[in-house]
Amino acid sequence: MTKNDQTALIEIESVSKFFGSFQALKSVSLNVTKGERVVVCGPSGSGKSTLIRCINQLEQHEEGDITVDGITHDGAAKSLNAIRQKVGMVFQQFNLFPHLSVLDNLTLGPVRARGMSKADAEKLAMQYLERVRIPEQSDKFPRQLSGGQQQRVAIARSLCMEPQIMLFDEPTSALDPEMINEVLDVMTELASSGMTMIVVTHEMGFARRVADTMVFMDHGEIVEVAPPEKFFKQPDSARCQDFLQKILHH
Amino acid sequence: MFKKLFPLLLLVPLSGCAGGNWGWYVVDPTTTSGYNNVWFLLTGLYYTVLLSVTAIVISIVIGLLVALPGLSTNKYLRGFNRVYVEFVRAVPILVLILWVYYGLPQLAGIAIGVFWAGVIALALSDSAFEAEIFRAGIQSIDKGQYEASHSISLNYYDTMRFVILPQAIRRILPALGNQLVYMLKMSSLVSVIGMQELTRKANELVVTEYRPLEIYTILVLEYLVLILIVSAGVRWLERRMQTDERN
Ligand SMILES: Nc1ncnc2c1ncn2[C@@H]1O[C@H](COP(=O)(O)OP(=O)(O)OP(=O)(O)O)[C@@H](O)[C@H]1O
Ligand SMILES: [Mg+2]
Repeated sequence: MTKNDQTALIEIESVSKFFGSFQALKSVSLNVTKGERVVVCGPSGSGKSTLIRCINQLEQHEEGDITVDGITHDGAAKSLNAIRQKVGMVFQQFNLFPHLSVLDNLTLGPVRARGMSKADAEKLAMQYLERVRIPEQSDKFPRQLSGGQQQRVAIARSLCMEPQIMLFDEPTSALDPEMINEVLDVMTELASSGMTMIVVTHEMGFARRVADTMVFMDHGEIVEVAPPEKFFKQPDSARCQDFLQKILHH
Repeated sequence: MFKKLFPLLLLVPLSGCAGGNWGWYVVDPTTTSGYNNVWFLLTGLYYTVLLSVTAIVISIVIGLLVALPGLSTNKYLRGFNRVYVEFVRAVPILVLILWVYYGLPQLAGIAIGVFWAGVIALALSDSAFEAEIFRAGIQSIDKGQYEASHSISLNYYDTMRFVILPQAIRRILPALGNQLVYMLKMSSLVSVIGMQELTRKANELVVTEYRPLEIYTILVLEYLVLILIVSAGVRWLERRMQTDERN
């Protein structure tokens, strides 16, 4: 474990990930400090999802080290569980539990993984449902909600674990355009509360408003890391310029 | 279904009256001996149902325990699943009943009653099919459900118990219902070791009354009614699940 940066909450060091013989991550390194908001973008297949999924080990990397709040992934169940307790994740497809009510979706983790009582967990769940602005939907089932509402429930479900870090993998890509903003608003509010966030998204307006650091990936590599002012005005690499051209002027 | 079959059922006794070869008096409930005979046949229902239900419950538990290693990434666990399923499926049920009743007590050095021998044999035999049903049902659940469970730190047991199995069981319920129908029919084989269920009762009555045609016809009708009731129950459950999913 390196201690050169006292405030680094996530340290990703020379991480490589292979799917069979295909290398999805090529010796990727990135540090994220406490409270930092990182937005990751890049073309399809560049390894954005793979990178953030390695942080909570939904994918296992073959080379390099990932350290979260001082705990390094070493393949043991203990460190894995400790890290997953600290890291929340929101998926493109929401992945809510369809057979459980909204409230039960939210309380399952706190009751089973954090050992909370049902009553305390419900209080906590209602608190976070207020925060994502849908407390009145607590008794409904996921399929009875709109896409935007479902994604907000998914965010609340993660927050109920009271994580230190939130990972978002294209949280608005599966939504109808008119629902994108309600989810981005919740995320913006979360960012202003000081949550450490890594967000994979192509919503560049959101990125400009919220990001401390922009990361551009291509072909399994991190090509550019810069604050948004520099990133959007004068990125160093030609590949990043190309990409921004395409998504900002379509 | 009932409406279509009903005229057919009426034909059976009518044809008997017309032909003159039938002797329905053996099961004529208006006479004392006929009434006693009908009652004797119907009492077999108790063990047929008890045997089948006990066996299916046990076979579902074994089936689940065999299905889970089959879904593992560990190839030895998957191997165990394959060997169990292939091996158990290869043994005829009747052979398994004989082996458990006459063979197992010698091997284990304990006496096994007729009922439990029947339950063990039926449950083992069916467990291979249950294992395959569970495996397919669990595999049909989206992998995003596992990922969401992992992301909120649920362990394997909680993920299965609270997230995956409740969804999988809804999907395989019709298949489980079919296995119960199958089990009710296969339980007739346990008559060979003396279990007093429907088929055995009929066999015994035939020996004393010499009226196989009428008695076995009643036996057919007993199974038919039993299974039509179970099938209707399964379809009702299925419909309820579907409306559940829709709203
Ligand atoms: N489970 C897997 N098996 C094999 N290859 C995979 C797997 N997951 C990802 N890949 C490959 O790894 C590469 C990176 O995938 P990844 O999902 O990280 O890309 P991405 O940047 O998130 O793309 P997108 O914008 O389309 O989501 C892709 O070429 C993809 O085909
Ligand atoms: Mg992706």
